[in-house]
Amino acid sequence: MADEYEFEIKRKDESGKVYYSTYKVPKDKISTVLEGLLYIKENLDQSLSFRYSCRMEICGSCGMEIDGKPRMACSTIVEDLKKDHIKIEPLKHYKVIRDLVVDIDPFFDKYREVKPYIIRDDDGKYDKELPQTPEQFHEYANFAMCIKCGLCMAACPIEGSDPNYLGPAPLAAAWRYIADNRDQGAKYRVEVVDGEEGTSRCHFAGECTEVCPKGVDPSFAIQKLRRTALKIEIASIFGGR
Amino acid sequence: MVRQKNIFVSGIILRCVYLEKIKEDVIILGGGMAGLRAAVAAAEYNKNLSVGVVSKLYPLRSHSVSAEGGTSAVLNPKDSFDLHAYDTIKGSDYLADQDAVEEFVRLVPEQIYTTDHWGCPWSRNPDGTISQRDFGALSFPRATFAADKTGFHVMQTLFSRALKYDNIRFYNEYFATSMFIENGRFNSLTTINLRTGDFTVFQGKAIVFAAGGAGRLYQFSTYAHSVSGDGDAIAYRAGIPLKDMEFIQFHPTGLVPSGILITEGARADGGYLLNGEKKRFMQAYAPNKLEKASRDVVSRAIMWEIEAGRGAKGEYGDMEYVYLDLRHMADVLDERLPMITEIAKKFNGIDAHTELIPVHPATHYTMGGIDSNVKTTTDYSGIFAAGENACVSIHGANRLGSNSTNECLALGNVAGVSAAKYAMEHDIPDLVVSNVDAEEKRIWDDLLKRNGGENVAKIREDLRNNMDKNVGIFRDANGLNTALKNIKSYKERYEKISIQDKSSTFNMELEWALEVGFMLDLAEIITVGAIMRTESRGAHYRKDYPNRDDENFLKHTIATYTKDGPKITYKPVVITKWQPTVRTY
Ligand SMILES: Cc1cc2nc3c(=O)[nH]c(=O)nc-3n(C[C@H](O)[C@H](O)[C@H](O)COP(=O)(O)OP(=O)(O)OC[C@H]3O[C@@H](n4cnc5c(N)ncnc54)[C@H](O)[C@@H]3O)c2cc1C
Ligand code: SF4
Ligand code: FES
Repeated sequence: MADEYEFEIKRKDESGKVYYSTYKVPKDKISTVLEGLLYIKENLDQSLSFRYSCRMEICGSCGMEIDGKPRMACSTIVEDLKKDHIKIEPLKHYKVIRDLVVDIDPFFDKYREVKPYIIRDDDGKYDKELPQTPEQFHEYANFAMCIKCGLCMAACPIEGSDPNYLGPAPLAAAWRYIADNRDQGAKYRVEVVDGEEGTSRCHFAGECTEVCPKGVDPSFAIQKLRRTALKIEIASIFGGR
Repeated sequence: MVRQKNIFVSGIILRCVYLEKIKEDVIILGGGMAGLRAAVAAAEYNKNLSVGVVSKLYPLRSHSVSAEGGTSAVLNPKDSFDLHAYDTIKGSDYLADQDAVEEFVRLVPEQIYTTDHWGCPWSRNPDGTISQRDFGALSFPRATFAADKTGFHVMQTLFSRALKYDNIRFYNEYFATSMFIENGRFNSLTTINLRTGDFTVFQGKAIVFAAGGAGRLYQFSTYAHSVSGDGDAIAYRAGIPLKDMEFIQFHPTGLVPSGILITEGARADGGYLLNGEKKRFMQAYAPNKLEKASRDVVSRAIMWEIEAGRGAKGEYGDMEYVYLDLRHMADVLDERLPMITEIAKKFNGIDAHTELIPVHPATHYTMGGIDSNVKTTTDYSGIFAAGENACVSIHGANRLGSNSTNECLALGNVAGVSAAKYAMEHDIPDLVVSNVDAEEKRIWDDLLKRNGGENVAKIREDLRNNMDKNVGIFRDANGLNTALKNIKSYKERYEKISIQDKSSTFNMELEWALEVGFMLDLAEIITVGAIMRTESRGAHYRKDYPNRDDENFLKHTIATYTKDGPKITYKPVVITKWQPTVRTY
């Protein structure tokens, strides 16, 4: 084994030119892909652009395609890839701004659409907590772990063909709030997620769940959403809302 | 309002600079916990006010999402505001302003309930009420927590809540470079839109500084990379004094070698510290509280062990370390400490259930900041400060664990409401164009045109190592004077940087260069303050002056900008009912 890794990185400059740059990164200087990128930027090529902040897989900044799969650069240990030549590209299904930096705005716009906040009739009175047992918490706990990294959107085949599809993370967020016993807004959210660009588009291929670094399981959330939507619709047909 | 001109940098066209102006009633600088709380408060106060959140990161990328352990709040009838205040003041080594602390602790509980109603998954008791846990140096277990992802969950909650308001606008990836005061009042904030490179000026009636701490002035650090003290430096250069900057907190348990935090909750829940001989050692330093003593005490204990040759070494280069032992509590790790269990596994391949975790003290909190108060006001009208960017001072010489996120919530709220009230009564002042012109020239005609061949990242690395070595946990006159000399030499090198990246779009190197400029100013202030404070108090420990000296130094350090470096003056500490006494744990 060599004592250097080769990072082959897909670039795009501001004129729109796309090309690849390859860099040699000493193995003993870095552990994660992010450290490798920082090594390159600090020592070899000041023009390389990428996003990062927490370096502990909690802020969601550093998603990119690493060795053919959407991953977080800061928590991908290079050694674990078992390769000396590592190919790095920007996340799929997003517009590239520059190098590994993609336009994440459409993701957050979709997130906002599903009304990802508690909706209550008595909003504004905050004198004590709303009861929630540990069991009730576990109903939505997994879905609340989403770091908004957008990897699932890059893995989702529907996102690739239909950019308007709400997508796995926003739909998982809709379910996270519906499943929270403190929330009363299911009916508003169902209107959004049951629309043309909502849950009905999902084929349950499960790519989203597979790439999620936080075990969120959007695919499961989408199944739950479909069932809930059905229940709410039936209830409204029979006059009870 | 668009102005265009071509800029040439050593023959290469740096596309164009556009000057864009944006007006908002209230401007919030920073989208972390303090900034988001302020934004929601201002937007809620009056739905007709426009609120602009200006942040160099998308809000959820802010450092606040890293906060792990908990947030202190008096919720239990057996606890009391006086106890919370006393713990805070004792923790501060009596440098906190006691009137501010007393007011602050009373503001916290409603913030816990408010965020609960907004969806924060605060950890619960079996009966559905909010649960609390012990934390370092607390006399009652009042750390309210969301497993060990407290900051993460509070941030998701606040960000989502903010999306409900149509009068909040987010300016993501706008990097603030300077702020201007005119006639004693906020005038404008200059930024670079990182996506386009456009020079963008924000005008508003009021501004809230919530741009976080300065911890990445150091190399071994628990902080996100983005925490470079920009807010402190921008305020300082504009003429707002900074307070108590020499007090930098070191958290005892940064994971070796990355510095990622292993929460204090691990020790509060019963974890042990072992030295290189695999023996517990805290009984020699804090016989009562042991591993649960305050952070400055535990961090020093670890360093004394290492200095005495009882550190562990070998596995991570030259770095010596001690161990955190959680093996005896393996059965509660997954429920109470899931994040750090996952971190040890993911980043070090260590199974905390059966193996020891290597740790070393790491910079963790900036006690100092903008000289402000519990009303979040500053010396200048229309300028407010909250969160780690502010120095109220609640934390004095040493912040207690779990006492920052609550400050972001409680005083973020106060700042948002105060800024909104101020905005209701004032107009947007006329822009002083000469100011923003000068700033534009500083960046495009000076910084980008420097061509002395110095690499910004190298200066930053040298600066950080210098701070670790000479302005760290143990300080003395020799080391501090060396540090100051080094900082001056880095400043000279900074005059000779060459920014290689000529792109307008997402020019990270320019961003780094601006940050390093801020960091150099702050490093100087910290070091000068530390040289002049010839005593040991809280996180500031002078080996050559190992005792606290209340007669001469029961006072806040105030640093004011001058062209020749910081001017240092002092300001009295407010004492209400807790007279300074010897501090033992
Ligand atoms: C690892 C870790 C764990 C912690 N755990 C706890 C805990 O358990 N309990 C507790 O109470 N405290 C904890 N703390 C402390 C606490 O997390 C922080 O003090 C707090 O989150 C700071 O929040 P903030 O909003 O003031 O700043 P930040 O979250 O740092 O936000 C700063 C904001 O300012 C913006 N900004 C900065 N510079 C610029 C610029 N030039 N232009 C535009 N925008 C800018 C950033 O984009 C960001 O949005 C922890 C700290 C660390 C390091
Ligand atoms: S669901 Fe998972 S992959 Fe998708 S954005 Fe959230 S954390 Fe990332
Ligand atoms: S840098 Fe924050 S998730 Fe990778």
